[in-house]
Amino acid sequence: MRILPARGGGLAVLAAVLALLPLALVNNYHYEVAILVGLNAIVCVGLNLLVGYAGQISLGHAGFFGLGAYGSAILTARYGWPALGAMAAATLAVAALAFLIGRPILRLRGHYLAMATLGMGIIISIVIATEDRITGGPDGMAVPPLAAFGATLAGERAWYWMVAATLVVAVWLALNLIESPRGRALRALHGSEIGAEVAGIDSAREKLRVFVVSAVYAAIAGSLMAHYAGFITPAKVTFFHSIELVTMVVFGGMASTFGAVVGAAVLTTLPQALTVLKEYEMAVFGAVMMLTIIFMPRGLVPTLAALFAGRKR
Amino acid sequence: MSLLAVEGLAKEFGGVNAIADLYFSVPAATVFSIIGPNGAGKTTLLNLLSGVYAPSAGRILLDGRVLAGRAPHEHAAAGIARTFQNLQVFFNMSAIENVLVGRSLRDRCGLATAMLRLPGLARAERAARDEAAALMRFVGLQDWIEAAADSMPYGALKRLEIARALAAKPRLLLLDEPAAGLNPVETQAVDALISKLAASGITVVLVEHNMRLVMGVSDHIFVLDYGRRLAEGSADEVRNDPRVIEAYLGAATDR
Amino acid sequence: MSAQFLQFLLAGLTIGAIYALVAIGFSIIYNASQVINFAQGEFVMIGGMATASFAGIGWPLPLAIAAAVLVAALVGLALEKLAVEPARGASVVALIIITIGASILLRGLASIVWDKNIHAVPAFSGDAPIHVGPATLVPQSLWILGLTLVIVLLLGWFFARTLLGKALLATSHNRLAAQLVGINVRHVLLASFGLSAALGAVAGILVAPVTFTSWDVGVMLGLKGFAAAMLGGLGSGAGAVLGGLALGIIEAMGAGYVSSAYKDAIAFVVILAVLFFLPSGLLGQRSTERV
Repeated sequence: MRILPARGGGLAVLAAVLALLPLALVNNYHYEVAILVGLNAIVCVGLNLLVGYAGQISLGHAGFFGLGAYGSAILTARYGWPALGAMAAATLAVAALAFLIGRPILRLRGHYLAMATLGMGIIISIVIATEDRITGGPDGMAVPPLAAFGATLAGERAWYWMVAATLVVAVWLALNLIESPRGRALRALHGSEIGAEVAGIDSAREKLRVFVVSAVYAAIAGSLMAHYAGFITPAKVTFFHSIELVTMVVFGGMASTFGAVVGAAVLTTLPQALTVLKEYEMAVFGAVMMLTIIFMPRGLVPTLAALFAGRKR
Repeated sequence: MSLLAVEGLAKEFGGVNAIADLYFSVPAATVFSIIGPNGAGKTTLLNLLSGVYAPSAGRILLDGRVLAGRAPHEHAAAGIARTFQNLQVFFNMSAIENVLVGRSLRDRCGLATAMLRLPGLARAERAARDEAAALMRFVGLQDWIEAAADSMPYGALKRLEIARALAAKPRLLLLDEPAAGLNPVETQAVDALISKLAASGITVVLVEHNMRLVMGVSDHIFVLDYGRRLAEGSADEVRNDPRVIEAYLGAATDR
Repeated sequence: MSAQFLQFLLAGLTIGAIYALVAIGFSIIYNASQVINFAQGEFVMIGGMATASFAGIGWPLPLAIAAAVLVAALVGLALEKLAVEPARGASVVALIIITIGASILLRGLASIVWDKNIHAVPAFSGDAPIHVGPATLVPQSLWILGLTLVIVLLLGWFFARTLLGKALLATSHNRLAAQLVGINVRHVLLASFGLSAALGAVAGILVAPVTFTSWDVGVMLGLKGFAAAMLGGLGSGAGAVLGGLALGIIEAMGAGYVSSAYKDAIAFVVILAVLFFLPSGLLGQRSTERV
């Protein structure tokens, strides 16, 4: 099912939107929200590879996000590492962890897989909150700004371009993966695991690979977030944040990279837009989750695409 | 020289012997059919041969080498491809993508190559697509090449699975009731296809209920009943075997 | 037996009983519908919070408790009717997200209907500590242990002797067969949610005097109850009880002897350990997958 517009077209549209968006961003707060959207979108694009394409589930991705963030934070703030080096090291560490944990976890299916990822995510968040001598505990810690090649990334506008560029690259890489034989193998796994296996696809290895890739996406976004905010607390590593991420993917469109971006955009700005109803944020979020899955199980973008394209039967 | 040999093969589920004490060998480039009443263990046997089940006892030899790999993808790597009685088509993909998945073992594509779209990938993809399209034409699906798998009729889907299995360039092809649910015209097409395949050098193990198809296309027939060998031989030998008639065929001849 | 050990043991048994009640709720719903109800913890929360409210406006405690259980049961029925039933046949991921969404919705509503403060619920029979050998216990603990035992026995009777209970069991073993003998599976599903919600609420009410209650106590209690259910074997009532008590004791011992900071992590390490090494739990059934 060709749900997406031709890949080149979609990527160009995304780049154009990102390039023109600053015209609509009036003040620093708008930029802040846009940057937040971008960072969530990066995580969601990676998570979508795992959830939407490979058909797995992770209720613990905030853990990878948090480890990327805290990794960068600790290495730069406490040990004086250069920012890019710290980011690389943190990302590598997260990839290694995902590789080690992924092996046993991905042997599980359905509910069991969900619970295992949930457990993993919560354990990570508890460790981060408890080891306060390194992580600053529940109060968090300060993070030095992102400095590289002699320059320091500061200010909303500069960060906006940084995150936008990273997002475009992230989407490009994901699209390449999906259309490659590797991506086909993933989608085949989702279509019929036994059919894929007898065709020679090592399902355990493929699942592990995409799990690690999605963890890396989350870690990089986490590192960027830490430097951007200048501060990091365990609040970003909670079970609820993991759920938010999965909701964005499900809402925007499973097996749709652009859907993941749209989902992140809508569900990040929604609570901000509803500041009047800040109290109701959680209830609304929960309602959105339920209603989406019940009435729009494929997610927003694929459902809209099907509506506009008409059914090819 | 037999391509496939099975020695003392057995499979039990919680005390029930689905398959017991099986011995047979399949010469290369022949059509070996397995028939028997429902529940005789035919699909279990195919599952064993393709690695979906691990045997409780006995061995499977491909080209003289024991197939030790338990995972289906390792059986596939050894050169075995199969179709399913209950379709395992990838409905979330297009028809040609289904066939392309069939050649996964031949598409060595690393993660970096895939994500960075390194040169060579595009060329390899084009070649793969051409070959997949040719395969689809070979099985008679030329009208469905760009179609979505979930838009295809049942008969076409059965042939799609065959195309997918062929994409792996297997040495041994396991067909699980390829004619089930097909009308006489479609069945005739499958019949012709199987003959074409055997003529091109592929070894075919066929599980089927359609006796006309089996009698017409097989080089050797193996009758399974309650997981054990009941009889085997040429079409004529099996057709006239009183034990087979009693257990399975019922009244004698088919026209 | 050292005083410390006994103290931890009693504490572990007490909280373990609570986990057991929550775990039984998980098992009942899982048995009836193959759904893991992530919102189970919210019933626990509703039980405690509603009791606090009703008691706060002056109702006598027994009445407040009865009303709270009723409210929770109604919420459980609503959840089944409005969220689970429309999604019949949806994928596992979808069902997970629905119940998680429900739990978030309920929590959000709780923060609106009530508030985000911690509330106290009066203990059933006062706070005077009781001495058990070298250790001490609060009376509420006895209530917890005693009532849990009574409930477990009642449930045993319910499943073995009553028509509805047997229908529930039948449906859990084989839905199609149950339908064929005339069991209204939809009603069974509804009943299972109502019953689980009531159980969860009772757990929440029993424990509230000890740990206080607030809008978000459901998350951890629910997850730990789930860990207990997994440990004992998802779908097994006896397993839920065993798992709950075991988890409570492991947690208390771990917190007491190893590290109290990581107390909450223990339940999740247990989940992972069970999933990796013994997915069917202590008393669950090993299933063979038919392809």
